[in-house]
Amino acid sequence: MNAMNKDNLADPWEDFSEGSWREAVNVRDFIQENYTPYEGGDSFLAGPTERTTALWDELSVLLKKERAAGVLDVSSDRASSITAHDAGYINKDLEIIVGLQTDAPLKRAIMPNGGLRMVENGLKAYGFEPNETIHEIWTKYRKSHNQGVFDVYSPDIIACRKSGVITGLPDAYGRGRIIGDYRRVALYGIDFLKADKLREHRELDDAVFNEDTIRDREELSEQYRALEELREMGLKYGIDMSKPAGTAREAIQFTYFAYLAAVKEQNGAAMSIGRISSFLDVYIERDFARGTLTESEAQEMIDDMVIKLRIVRFLRTPDYDELFSGDPTWVTEAIGGMSKDGRTLVTKTSMRVLHTLYNLGPAPEPNLTVLWSSKLPRGFKDFCAKVSKDTSAIQYENDDLMRTKWGDDYGIACCVSAMAIGKQMQFFGARANLAKALLYAINGGVDEKSGELVAHGLEPIKGDVLEYDEVVEKFEIAMDWLAKTYVKALNCIHYMHDRYAYERIEMALHDREILRTMACGIAGLSIAADSLSAIKHSTVKVIRNEAGLAVDYEIADEYPMFGNNDDKVDDIAVWLTEAFMKKVEGQPHFYRNSMPTQSVLTITSNVVYGKKTGATPDGREAGEAFAPGANPMNGRDKNGFVAAGASVAKLPYEFAKDGISWTASATPDSMGHTEKEQVRNLANCLDGYTNAGGFHVNVNMLSRDTLIHAMDHPEEYPQLTVRVSGYAVNFVKLTREQQLDVIGRTFHNAM
Amino acid sequence: MTALVPDDAFDAIHDADCHGFLHSVESGAAVDGPGMRFVFFMAGCQFRCLYCHNPDTWKLHNGTRVEVKDMLRQVRKYSSFLKFAGGVTFSGGEPLMQAEFVGATAAAIKKRWGLHIALDTQGFLHGKVTDEWFDPIDLVMLDIKHIDPDRYLALTAQPLQPTLDFADRLVRLGKPMRIRYVLVPGWSDAPDDVAKMADKVASYGDIVELVEVLPFHQMGTSKWDKLGLDYKLRDTPTPSNDDTESAREIFRARGLETT
Repeated sequence: MNAMNKDNLADPWEDFSEGSWREAVNVRDFIQENYTPYEGGDSFLAGPTERTTALWDELSVLLKKERAAGVLDVSSDRASSITAHDAGYINKDLEIIVGLQTDAPLKRAIMPNGGLRMVENGLKAYGFEPNETIHEIWTKYRKSHNQGVFDVYSPDIIACRKSGVITGLPDAYGRGRIIGDYRRVALYGIDFLKADKLREHRELDDAVFNEDTIRDREELSEQYRALEELREMGLKYGIDMSKPAGTAREAIQFTYFAYLAAVKEQNGAAMSIGRISSFLDVYIERDFARGTLTESEAQEMIDDMVIKLRIVRFLRTPDYDELFSGDPTWVTEAIGGMSKDGRTLVTKTSMRVLHTLYNLGPAPEPNLTVLWSSKLPRGFKDFCAKVSKDTSAIQYENDDLMRTKWGDDYGIACCVSAMAIGKQMQFFGARANLAKALLYAINGGVDEKSGELVAHGLEPIKGDVLEYDEVVEKFEIAMDWLAKTYVKALNCIHYMHDRYAYERIEMALHDREILRTMACGIAGLSIAADSLSAIKHSTVKVIRNEAGLAVDYEIADEYPMFGNNDDKVDDIAVWLTEAFMKKVEGQPHFYRNSMPTQSVLTITSNVVYGKKTGATPDGREAGEAFAPGANPMNGRDKNGFVAAGASVAKLPYEFAKDGISWTASATPDSMGHTEKEQVRNLANCLDGYTNAGGFHVNVNMLSRDTLIHAMDHPEEYPQLTVRVSGYAVNFVKLTREQQLDVIGRTFHNAM
Repeated sequence: MTALVPDDAFDAIHDADCHGFLHSVESGAAVDGPGMRFVFFMAGCQFRCLYCHNPDTWKLHNGTRVEVKDMLRQVRKYSSFLKFAGGVTFSGGEPLMQAEFVGATAAAIKKRWGLHIALDTQGFLHGKVTDEWFDPIDLVMLDIKHIDPDRYLALTAQPLQPTLDFADRLVRLGKPMRIRYVLVPGWSDAPDDVAKMADKVASYGDIVELVEVLPFHQMGTSKWDKLGLDYKLRDTPTPSNDDTESAREIFRARGLETT
């Protein structure tokens, strides 16, 4: 151990390795050289302290009020920024880790840079008055992202948006899906990081001053300024982050503060925190070695941090909530995984973070995401499975697939989007509706609901019985058109977002040179695949209305359905995934040289997509909700959980590098007779699924009866958590329609 | 993901003489052996247990005619999953009714994928097969319906002795066993009977890795009705959790791990 003390000040890096991370920003190497892998069980974990329970109880009163009101309070008099608000507390005397988005808990901020309309509609929806000064500023003097986008949208994009063949585009709200490397603030302190940004700026002094360089230089200046504001924000709480964190408590506080600055300024669709557990564990272990920290104190700090992460809030509109229900923020924390050198990245703090689900009770946020590998230690696997069984609050993603692509220090933005932390970001692109595009192929581009022509260049199918080859040929044309319009829209959105709602602090915690992905997505995969399967393997008759539009279908007999591990249809789903990705890749331009990717993910928008889509040739009725993500349609996966998972696992990650989401619900009894069996079987299933190439699974272990009871007695289930597509929600916060959708999903009584 | 073995690879295994009758399969069962199981429910059983919950599997012709390659095709789709999560279970019906076919299938699965294989049987027909037949079988789940020969006969319409002989044979072969005992109120739940059964099972030693006491349930009723069969246990209640637990305690008292 390095016992040398420099001057009188303690060296915050004392006892850490001597690696190159000391010279240049490199959190990954710091973790690798200093962390302590943990291979044991959960017996070391400590319960909540009296203080933790008292704080949580105090907050629970406010949470109850918020549930009743929808929104508790809004700071509507000022546009939020890193330093816009004074310090705020839940109960100053009880808090160990401090910091709120505004000056009071659950009081939401407004962020008009994304779009003024969204702010004002949100205020009105919850009974608050829009502020006149803000209105004046963002109508007279300052342009928002939303205005910028609509200045450049073309009529075809607007038509797609209106018909719902493309839905959820981040053109009126913050795009999110950017993860700052918040750990950098704890490890290096703000002085170091500012100096580094200055270096990056100066390195470009002699570059060719083209648009790219100029934009980079402006952004670096903004980043530098944001770091200084972060320092000021800390000082409001009496905490100086100029120098590196010297204790575990400081490390947790600084990391959280850096994240807090991001959620003070950006109302992003998803605001993930990254991968902080094992990083923080290094500091906790160091304090243990120094004899300055106990297990109970360590758990208490983690509990306190998680309390803060649970109350991140944004002001959103009812329209938005319809798409993404339950007020989610996607404070996604990626836990576990393996190092490239074969050691596990699981530490005791990985388990401490999961343990908050017991100490504070289940909750949807932070969005706890376990990076699963069959090589994870047994003790951790069993603990995860137990937590899943008890809380249904965890999602799992395939570390073996992602590690080879993104290294061993990636996080998950939102639900399933992997990105190397501090080195990569994405341009979030919501999703295109493949099921509706199939209907456009049949109806010659005329929308089956409005009767308006949306997709140009298509001839309708005239026959009374759908012929597979003809449908596929036309569907290819429809997908070409869709990909073209979609990428055009995304280029507009991200150009304007960078310009008018730039994520200063998040990007300050990135390298200057980063990988950008253009994250497209598809919805309705299982419906499109089942429709093509019905057309191929059965006889599908078209029913047309007076105007000659195909509005319904008659299917002669049973056909192979996605979700039963039957290649006859699973191959179609694989083909669709590949085909659409290739059409996206074939587009001529991606903003900022981004790399196109796609996801198979709907979040909860599957309900809205369903509403906007007419009857489909698979037998689905008009308006009926889609299955979420890559799920088989509800009730069609008849061979159980394992067969359904096997079908989903066939979808190629190579062609969906932004993630493939599967939500599986099973009753605990179906996993075995005893708790021990249930836990072990669930862990083994996860091994089997990831080994088969399965990318993601939300695990719900619930009985349908519990959910039905909770629908009618919400007061008894304030913390009942269910996983939907890529995130978790408080079940009682869903609309009744969405609750019914969740209940209607296939529950596997047999696996 | 993509199959490593093409579908037609199994066509080489073509032996029309070696065929079987398969009632149904289940791709992920958590209660039919260790871990998650792919279960083949073979058609045909010579027992007529009063509490049978799968009377639709009694007749051989209730099944579909299949060859070994058809069986392998089914397993292949799950082989990598099963490698991690569990294995394959032959159940029924009574798989020993089709011993030759089941043995050939089990051997082929073992050879190809090395999966864990369990046999769920009442053991009555074990005399038909050689010791080698058991080589690919990793675990026998032996169903002993009753310890009293007369009651056994009344319950199953067959004698008890062959099943007990089979257990002795498994001890000799060193083949791990799980004993399954269905607790039927009024038929097999008398504490004395359970104790005698537990004594017998304990005498087999360490080779018994687990005893499963399964509470009788009424989920098979509709199948009896559908087949137009006379279901004598229509009014038999399901044992309470406490009753099931006390029966388990009798086994546990003899050092047997019991669920």
